[in-house]
Amino acid sequence: MAKHPRIDLRPSPYIHSPLTVEKIMRNVVYALLPLVSFSVWQFGISALALILVTTFACLGTESLFCRLSGKANSLKDYSATITGLLLAMTLPPGFPLWMGAVAGFVAIAMGKTLFGGIGFNVFNPALVGRAFVQAAFPVAITTWTPALAPNRFVEFIPSTLALPFMKPAATAEWSAHVVDGFSGATPLALMKFQGIMTDSQSLFLGLTDGSTGETSALLILLCGGYLMWRKMLDWRIPASVIFGTAITAAVFYFYDPSHYPSPAFMIFSGGLMFGAVFMASDMVASPVTPLGIFIFGLLVGFLTVIIRLFGGLTEAVMYAILFGNAATPLIERYTQPSIYGARKKEDS
Amino acid sequence: MGLLDFFSRKTFPHGIHPPEYKAITQHKKTLRLPFPERVILPLAQHIGAPAIPIVHKDQYVVRGELIAEPSENALSVPIHASASGSVREIDLMPGPKGSKVMSIVIDTDPSSPQIPVSGKCQDYTRMTPEQIINAVKQTGLVGLGGAGFPSYAKMLLPKDRRIHTIVVNGCECEPFLTTDHRIMLEKVDDLIRGIQIAMKAVSAERSIIGIEDNKLDVLEAISPRLPADGRIQIEAVETKYPQGAEKMLVKSLLGVEIPSRGLPSEIGLAVFNVATLAEMGRLLPRQQGLIERIITVTGDDLTHPGNYVVPVGTPLQDILDNAGFTGQEAEIILGGPMMGLPVASFETPVTKSTGGVLILDQHAYKPKDILPCIKCSLCLQACPINLNPSELGMLANKRRYDVMEAQYHLNDCFECGACSYVCPSNIPLVQYFKIAKTLNRERHIQNG
Repeated sequence: MAKHPRIDLRPSPYIHSPLTVEKIMRNVVYALLPLVSFSVWQFGISALALILVTTFACLGTESLFCRLSGKANSLKDYSATITGLLLAMTLPPGFPLWMGAVAGFVAIAMGKTLFGGIGFNVFNPALVGRAFVQAAFPVAITTWTPALAPNRFVEFIPSTLALPFMKPAATAEWSAHVVDGFSGATPLALMKFQGIMTDSQSLFLGLTDGSTGETSALLILLCGGYLMWRKMLDWRIPASVIFGTAITAAVFYFYDPSHYPSPAFMIFSGGLMFGAVFMASDMVASPVTPLGIFIFGLLVGFLTVIIRLFGGLTEAVMYAILFGNAATPLIERYTQPSIYGARKKEDS
Repeated sequence: MGLLDFFSRKTFPHGIHPPEYKAITQHKKTLRLPFPERVILPLAQHIGAPAIPIVHKDQYVVRGELIAEPSENALSVPIHASASGSVREIDLMPGPKGSKVMSIVIDTDPSSPQIPVSGKCQDYTRMTPEQIINAVKQTGLVGLGGAGFPSYAKMLLPKDRRIHTIVVNGCECEPFLTTDHRIMLEKVDDLIRGIQIAMKAVSAERSIIGIEDNKLDVLEAISPRLPADGRIQIEAVETKYPQGAEKMLVKSLLGVEIPSRGLPSEIGLAVFNVATLAEMGRLLPRQQGLIERIITVTGDDLTHPGNYVVPVGTPLQDILDNAGFTGQEAEIILGGPMMGLPVASFETPVTKSTGGVLILDQHAYKPKDILPCIKCSLCLQACPINLNPSELGMLANKRRYDVMEAQYHLNDCFECGACSYVCPSNIPLVQYFKIAKTLNRERHIQNG
């Protein structure tokens, strides 16, 4: 034996699972890439530009705040990248780029670093950014452009390149010009204001217009499935959100099928699938307790349906999830797990 | 193992599946190492009051001779000389827990044949339960699985309690360790006799040997030799950490839970480790004291990893020399990689409850930066007790140790380390909990 070997001292356990935060976050980015690609294929260079702008806005903001607070640069944990990508996926494809940058800045600055950075955000940062631009730019965020426009890979949507604080170019005429008869209404808006149902199959495949990355439920499920298989995404959250949506929608549907949409429509339209799989499952802002996760999901699903049917907005998933985030500490407080061998009150 | 067995196999909820690393030593027959130049015998190798030395400096003692008596009126067991030689000193020596502890140091006599002394043969079948329990105490036997709880004390029951079933723990769920595995293959007769002794001592009707299903060769070795009356059974449970914790094994085998912070005897059970019972079966009929044990020496940088019989009190230096340690920088651990104790000195001795010596170098997990908790809930899904380690960890960060105890069941944590193992943020959760428990204990003492 070597004469004076060095002994390293460390508390137990001495071995560790290979899963790290950085690895989880990196894989979430991988899982988002197919969605990103699909959205670029659907909406062309405008979507690509928007995705790049929000992502770099988030990374830049994170970097800036790390420097201001004198903390080690936290870009390498990929969490800001995820926020940027998630944010872009929820915005309309023709969203002016400068507004995208604002959304990215607000998401990280107000949604994350203000609370103390990774691990401390009360709300999903991407949704904070989106909520801000929803309030600040109500027109731009509800202006939809057609998917699969013929010139999408060579021509920007006119509103994309709008200058800051200038009135964006009218996209309605452009949209009508590129695709005949484009109404500018998403399936949810059609349902809400005109009572027209889009069939569930095209919703499921995502060949409709809508936000940049939210259209294909199938692709979202595949990407989410990958993460669940790698144990990097808790399947219980999307499952309970979808379950909550389905049962709430079913109650209305069976009460009056001619007036209310079917549960399948509710699940596959708008941002529900994306919200359930990628937004509600933000680990930090959702409960950790088994019962808490279930209640959280039910609450988000329930609120989504209620806001969609009775609120002033067509899209409700964002507010439902933000509300669920806010309720998380309360939910956790009352859903602490019962321990092994717990004694009944009287015998302890 | 068929598909049906796979789904119906017995287990407990939660837990983790770390790599096993048992292939290094599991097929190696137990060998005896040469006697070390000196043995170091701490007076407290068990839970309870330290034993009281009855020898003095320079006194010649014979292997197996009683050298320290149990402290009276307290939980305590005697200590026997593990090698013939002269008492060098009774002084503070490095202990397995890091701090120095009172120990008897014996210089081994190189000319001695090292034949152990033993008492008259005794037939346990003709002894009363009280006589058996007392005889077990005289052997100095403690739980060899790691806790070091005096074995006789498990059999001493309050009048209103009865034990109907003895659970024999052969899980050995810690990665790397193969001591119990070898004992179950090589010491079947001792083990069965030990089980029968324990059953007689507490008048139990039956006993179940629980093994993890990564040791099915044990099933083949033991099943044909079980007594025909069917009172001793053997069953395989899922290979999962911490299956070998008594709370988990009881749940897996019998579907019952030991009440929070209570003893198995509250629900009519007693749980013994296989190594403990095999020693009981060997020592009690000969009235011998516990003077040696089997350890697994394994891990990295060893030319001769294996399962070895060593005298209790053998310093690590001797063990590492014999196992051919070649490393320059390593972690040395007494026990397994999940719950073992880190060692800071090569003079630290193997004690009665040391199950293995583990060297980690290439396999060692290099600690990375601790990140904030991202509330991934992996720790909740790992905790076998169903605690909320995430919340406990955040409370520990805020030093709310009182809340951890009062509202989040801190004291139910048995420190298995599953939460730390899975934490993707590298938070040393179990370390936080140990600190919190210690500070709470001090606070309770101060407050009377």
